Amino acid sequence: MRALLDRLGWRGWVLPVTLLALAEAAMRINPVESDALARPTDVLNAMAQAIANGSVLSLSAQTLAAALAGLALGGGLGLAAGIWFGLSRAAADAASLSIELLRPVPSVALIPLSMLVFGFGFRMEIAVIAFTCFWPMLLLSQAAVRNVEPRLLEVARVLGFAWWERVLKLVLPAALPRIFVAFRLCVGIALVVAVTTEIAANPQGLGYALMNAQQSLRPDLMFAMLLWIGLLGWGLGAGLLWLQRTWFRHSLAQQP
Amino acid sequence: MKTRAIVSSVSVSVSLLALWALIAQLEWISPIFLPGPSATWQSLSEGLRHGELLHLTFGTVERMAYGWALASLIGIALGALIGISPLLRTWLQPTLELIRPLPASAIVPVAIAFIGLSPAMVLVVIAFGAVWPVLLATTHGFANIEPRLHEVGRVLRLSPLAFIVKVGLPNAMPDALAGMRLSLTVSLILAIVGEMLASQEGLGLAILQAARSFRSADLFAGVVLLGAIGFVSNSLLGMAERRALAWKQI
Repeated sequence: MRALLDRLGWRGWVLPVTLLALAEAAMRINPVESDALARPTDVLNAMAQAIANGSVLSLSAQTLAAALAGLALGGGLGLAAGIWFGLSRAAADAASLSIELLRPVPSVALIPLSMLVFGFGFRMEIAVIAFTCFWPMLLLSQAAVRNVEPRLLEVARVLGFAWWERVLKLVLPAALPRIFVAFRLCVGIALVVAVTTEIAANPQGLGYALMNAQQSLRPDLMFAMLLWIGLLGWGLGAGLLWLQRTWFRHSLAQQP
Repeated sequence: MKTRAIVSSVSVSVSLLALWALIAQLEWISPIFLPGPSATWQSLSEGLRHGELLHLTFGTVERMAYGWALASLIGIALGALIGISPLLRTWLQPTLELIRPLPASAIVPVAIAFIGLSPAMVLVVIAFGAVWPVLLATTHGFANIEPRLHEVGRVLRLSPLAFIVKVGLPNAMPDALAGMRLSLTVSLILAIVGEMLASQEGLGLAILQAARSFRSADLFAGVVLLGAIGFVSNSLLGMAERRALAWKQI
């Protein structure tokens, strides 16, 4: 925390802290009954309660489970296709038009379709997340494989590697740093899509709890949920970025 | 080589379409969920010629365009200020960094609580969600202006505003345009989510209603149209980008 404060500098904290203190003071001096506003201390209180009774943890588990399952499905398929297209220029050319036509379909447009096919629940959410994660994973891992030193592939040919040996022993290790970057981006996307699906349709997880808090006129709980979702996304992103910097510092040194 | 690539990519797309038609024809997947391409095409052309579909498409495009324009304006203006002034950067940037990672759709409930279920609410959500790519890219563009250009500005006694307009904006344009392209995608997504949640007339609401009443052909027609909106708007912006940046290539 200390290092974080030092790095950001105290000036950066002045604005948010002042705003929150002003809001707190204004609402204490002039108490308002509002469906939209809540005192910052009440928000923290609601958050502490939700953490204490365990509801936030089970809701987060639902959202994260759906996000990770969708990522595993869509990201896995995208990775496989990306490696294939990265190795074979002919396959990439053949698929290019279909990808260009399918990729612009907005992820949320599939929520009604997935709802129609699967009803509510995990499967519907996982399908939407998988579709969304498939495309960035495909394109980024394809670029990662393209970036592999061509002489490595020549070595593989000389050594007479089978295709799966080539992928497992050469291509994957060589492209791993960039594939991890793609994975990190996709985790963020998966979480956003999971929350969006829950807000728009699926009655489970953090997104639904957030929507529910608004509809049952609990602004304190609503802001607490929003804060929690922000913290969760920020924590996941920061954690993965830290892993990327520790594991792949040398191989990704030339990138920002 | 080039023609071979075109032939192979077209034939893959056509065979995917044929596979879809085959699966629908043999009813491997129930037609309640999966209408064939011909049923989808029929619903699409009927809806565009006689029905509501054209009207709904314009509704969604309009919402997306207004929100995107608003986000671009705010993003470029704020990004220019933050990028040009180190003072503003130290005071303001951490606050922005705190708000930025929030999923844009998570703002919807808050916006509903404050504004209610109205078109303005959807517009605010789109502008909020789509502003970040533009803001970050513009800030980056302004912060990375060649230092000698700052010296030139000082020698010419340009006012800060003149410096932003004459030197800063042209230099930050490539970054800003890339950010605007990203935020266009975000705008479309948020327009659809906003329509679904606030029951605003548009394709987003239309496909939700089609799914609820098991009109799968109408649902597919809506999804196809949304994909087309994404494709066309992205290509148009790509073309505009190449045009606007043609001077940079020389």
